[in-house]
Amino acid sequence: MSQDAVPARFAPGDRVVVREAHPPGHLRTPFYARGASGVIERLCGAFANPEELAFNRPGLPAQPLYRVRFRQAELWPDYAGPARDTIEIEIYQHWLEAAP
Amino acid sequence: MRGYHDMGGLPAGPVEATEHDYAPWEKRVDALMMLLSARGLLKVDELRRNVEALGPEAYDRMSYYERWIASVTATLIQRGVLASDEIGRRMVEVEAQHEAEQAS
Repeated sequence: MSQDAVPARFAPGDRVVVREAHPPGHLRTPFYARGASGVIERLCGAFANPEELAFNRPGLPAQPLYRVRFRQAELWPDYAGPARDTIEIEIYQHWLEAAP
Repeated sequence: MRGYHDMGGLPAGPVEATEHDYAPWEKRVDALMMLLSARGLLKVDELRRNVEALGPEAYDRMSYYERWIASVTATLIQRGVLASDEIGRRMVEVEAQHEAEQAS
């Protein structure tokens, strides 16, 4: 955790959308989650941005990291399991936008 | 668009949930990574980036720790810790030594 952190924009229960972005570089947001809608489950803390650390830069200010809950059926159109099934993915704040 | 390593959700075979022993060289690679990390000569994020940069052919061909040592090597060159020429010459020496040992 760092003192030099971006303020957290989201709180548990907030609906968010993962940015549909494909920049070059080292990315930690899974391809399959981009563009998906989910709900903030918790704020995990703020951590140096791995996209910057990957190039031996400080990655500061630290980015808030959230655990985001998605319905499996939201991520996989052919999902055959129960509709209540969910998956949680840890995603940095700069990859998230408030759901419209 | 999708990085080759970013394979979550793609069709794949069954997961083999068996334990296996590591070869001594694999343990050395693990130890090397830990030591370099502790000395501030490598970040785990750099390790991951350079594994991702191997390209699909090498990514599929190499074993887990082969990917690691290739990535550690790339990182040390990028950081200026080691020079390509230095590594290349040493690799030839080690290979020759290994062949001599096999022959004797």
